[in-house]
Amino acid sequence: MESTFKNMVLALLIVTLVSSAILGFVYELTKQPIVDAQLKKKLEAINKVVPPYNNNPNDEMYTIEVEGGEAVEAYPAKMDNKLVGTAIKTYTNKGFSGFIQVMVGFVPNGTVYNYQVLDHKETPGLGSKMNDWFRPQEVVAETADVKFSIFDWLFGIKPGGDGDTKSIVNKTPGNKGFLVAKDGGEIDAITAATISSRAFLDAINRGYTALQKSSQVAIKQDSTLVSTQLQGGE
Amino acid sequence: MNYIFIIITAIFVNNIVLNQFLGICPFLGVSKKISTAAGMAGAVTFVMVIATIVTYLIQKSVLDVLGIGFMQTITFILVIAALVQLVEIILKKVSPSLYQALGVFLPLITTNCAILGVAIMTIQKEYNLMEGVVFAMASAIGFGLALVIFAGLREHLDLMTVPKGMKGVPIALVVAGILAMAFMGFSGLV
Amino acid sequence: MDNVKNFTKGLIKENPVFALLLGMCPTLGVTTSAENGLGMGLATTFVLVMANIVISAVKNGIPDKVRIPAFIIIIASFVTVVELTMQAYLPSLFASLGLFIPLIVVNCIVLGRAEAFASKNNVISSAIDGLGMGLGFSLALTLLGAVREFLGSGKVFGLQIYDTNYGMLVFVLAPGAFLVLGYLILVINRFKKA
Repeated sequence: MESTFKNMVLALLIVTLVSSAILGFVYELTKQPIVDAQLKKKLEAINKVVPPYNNNPNDEMYTIEVEGGEAVEAYPAKMDNKLVGTAIKTYTNKGFSGFIQVMVGFVPNGTVYNYQVLDHKETPGLGSKMNDWFRPQEVVAETADVKFSIFDWLFGIKPGGDGDTKSIVNKTPGNKGFLVAKDGGEIDAITAATISSRAFLDAINRGYTALQKSSQVAIKQDSTLVSTQLQGGE
Repeated sequence: MNYIFIIITAIFVNNIVLNQFLGICPFLGVSKKISTAAGMAGAVTFVMVIATIVTYLIQKSVLDVLGIGFMQTITFILVIAALVQLVEIILKKVSPSLYQALGVFLPLITTNCAILGVAIMTIQKEYNLMEGVVFAMASAIGFGLALVIFAGLREHLDLMTVPKGMKGVPIALVVAGILAMAFMGFSGLV
Repeated sequence: MDNVKNFTKGLIKENPVFALLLGMCPTLGVTTSAENGLGMGLATTFVLVMANIVISAVKNGIPDKVRIPAFIIIIASFVTVVELTMQAYLPSLFASLGLFIPLIVVNCIVLGRAEAFASKNNVISSAIDGLGMGLGFSLALTLLGAVREFLGSGKVFGLQIYDTNYGMLVFVLAPGAFLVLGYLILVINRFKKA
């Protein structure tokens, strides 16, 4: 076809219009599945980090403000209307490559039940080990993707086996021990990835602090009056 | 402080070529001589900063407002392609000497994924406009730095006896790998 | 007969990665595992085939001077289709490929094939050319991913071969991509000459 001005504008216009129409159609088609996929990922994470429940934590989600004007999301898990745990979607910006998002579950007495890293950009093979590092061995064995290793079998090596000094499960954040060993805490950092480990614990601590704050507010709300003052004071 | 953080991260720690693997085509293609590498680096810096500003404004004032974020890829690539043409035309009129230095590299830039990559990353990282500009500038400097160092290495490589099978691309890739390893040393900086 | 040749040339002789050195960014960027490499390869194959088909079908209706912009729009549309579909049905793969999905747009192979082949040939041979090139690209990415995964973390396609702690981490990190690709091209050149 000849390259007259009219032809060129017309051809480009048609191509653009057709493309936009197709894209709009595909967008409408995939909109719901994308939302569903994100929700499914979230529910799977919640499922993993709190004890068995029979309510729908997603419907009872509430947000807690944390320092810096940001907010974390809390998902209460209940068994027959009794609180069995709370999953907190928490985060940190102190990772080796910035942002890390973690879903962490606390049982009502404040200890960690389990966690799931939702999003991170840490170095593969180093910081990325946090996906499983901070769990005790038997939990890892249940949840790890890979269980089989020819090498282990050949040499009779059992994976891990260095005790629970690196686990955060069943520990309570907010005390002195809840730091990496280098900072005087009791938790072993990932080998060669102290910054990632520190950031991870920072995220967990942020979630814990938020939960403590919200439960305090909740208690105060029961005894009326005080809560309004407290909230007004923030 | 924040800006310094962005600059150091973009130039050294997350170097756009050696760590993020963006803009590899020009990195391997126009790195045989330091002078051409420097020319390419200049052209990329120029276009990257302008492209980031324009795409940022379009994202915020058109795509976000209309809720058609899914048109991002198609819009950005068209904007960049048009922009490169525009820069070429303007440069030719306004500054023939600069055009002479950068002109030959401009057409190659449209398909340089570093430009589109940085534009998308600026949106993804939720930078504001000023941070976006600083990020684009620093990324471009990182690109230029990697390109010029690599070109310098390749100039020396020409004088070496290289095993027959390694000549050309394989040895260049291995050198790039070692250079990337050296850049990994910066990762403790921040 | 010609179509057989159109198909097979992309696999080895004119393999986009090993022979033509096109599309280097995703080649190096996403191949931290065989699975990622394969995913990226197939996504690119889809875009290549669809773009080739559409471009060869409409080539006569597009004035020569605006050929490239029109091609870019068509390619970008298919890339966005892949992006949305993957986000909906393969969210974890989408998360690990990340930025490199939209960057298929600027992958030189796609525009290169559109310009060099699809704009001159009929629909069927264009589709076959796209498929051959795409599969050649997938093959290269999967191979590179598998080697890096094996050396770096002791796995292939997620299956543990030896203990991860004995893996050479550098192969999963950025430098490993350059090194492995360099040596793979060396090996392939060696076999080509023989």
